[in-house]
Amino acid sequence: MPGDFDNDRLAAAFEQLPRLLDCEPTLVRRGAFFDARFQVGIGTIPFDLTIAAGRIAAFARGPFVMSSWRFAVRGGAEAWGRLWQPVPDPGWHDLMALGKRGAVVLEGDLQPLMANLQYVKDLLVLPRRIFAEPR
Amino acid sequence: MAATLEPIIGRYLTLELSGRPHRVYFEQAGEGIPLVCLHTAGADGRQFRHLMLDEEITRHFRVLSFDMPWHGKSLPPQGWENEDYRLTTAGYTEMIVAFCRALELDHPVAMGCSIGGRIVLNLAIEHAAMFRALIGLESADYQAPWYDTAWLNRPDVHGGEVCAALVSGLMAPQSPDATRHETLWMYKQSGPGVFQGDLYFYRVDGDLRAKVDRIDTTACPLYLLTGEYDFSCTPEDTERTAKKIAGAKVTIMRELGHFPMSENPAQFRRYILPVLEKIRATM
Repeated sequence: MPGDFDNDRLAAAFEQLPRLLDCEPTLVRRGAFFDARFQVGIGTIPFDLTIAAGRIAAFARGPFVMSSWRFAVRGGAEAWGRLWQPVPDPGWHDLMALGKRGAVVLEGDLQPLMANLQYVKDLLVLPRRIFAEPR
Repeated sequence: MAATLEPIIGRYLTLELSGRPHRVYFEQAGEGIPLVCLHTAGADGRQFRHLMLDEEITRHFRVLSFDMPWHGKSLPPQGWENEDYRLTTAGYTEMIVAFCRALELDHPVAMGCSIGGRIVLNLAIEHAAMFRALIGLESADYQAPWYDTAWLNRPDVHGGEVCAALVSGLMAPQSPDATRHETLWMYKQSGPGVFQGDLYFYRVDGDLRAKVDRIDTTACPLYLLTGEYDFSCTPEDTERTAKKIAGAKVTIMRELGHFPMSENPAQFRRYILPVLEKIRATM
């Protein structure tokens, strides 16, 4: 369980994203027309992602001195920790649910996000697999 | 080998709405008390197909569901190309009353979900004597918005995909994949701007907070059922609404979200069968 909502532990799970996406050819296919550079804030730790044709072309963990991005998805440790529970609780189970409760903020030019919303939502819940895997 | 035909029958009728003819498609199955089902915004009457195939229900109820004009197999009115579709409280109410009268339904039960759940509150306010009972699924007098509806109809975002992507999170994680994706398919099929036009009623025109205290549940019983995973119409929204309506009966449904009848029909029937039984028993 992501239980204690520790920034470093959650960020370590998020760092598995390239490996997790490699195991999802259907998701890659659905992102065939998605190209964007965006930031994801996992608690206090920012990540810089570049997606090209649905694949992760670049992935870096911050902090960054200067970075450019089209949009950003930033959430507190509790938001990601609860979202990534194997069966998340009501109201913590979806990116837009987190947005409604103010636990996640969407920033920047949201057009590429909204044009590829299901892809981004599915991408950002992949770390749930880490916490569902037997240890 | 002969095909096994489902008992659902589809028909068309023309309704005069706001002075204009509208060709409306509806489906029905079963015999007995008319149960008129009202689909969610941006979807169509197929959401209720599982109820129409449930013999425990169709033994006692004639289940009907019409596709609202602009939705499903119902057409927009002639001249639609020169207007923006916008659902209003008055127009929505007129449509339901016209459908029930056109089919000469005797004291039907109306059950609506989401925008349909909102409009049954207005039916309770304005037309209680016409109905045997009213059932609001994911129903509240108002809900706080959680996205900008301008994203639903613009050329640089696929309307069907974004509508489905937004509502996908409103379903419970326990709901089966097959029925979750069937629910989303209707959103992907919806015409351009239709979901957005429905939400004009939901977000702008249909705020009933100042009116629901007029509802008299002795004139017409009111049942409100909301899924625990619905973050659009939350259980708290439904409970807050019910507090203003003496006699309203609230059920919070476990492991269900915003589309109980279509996202997980097996789980939903656990909750709706006792309500329908109670309505039948009080005839």
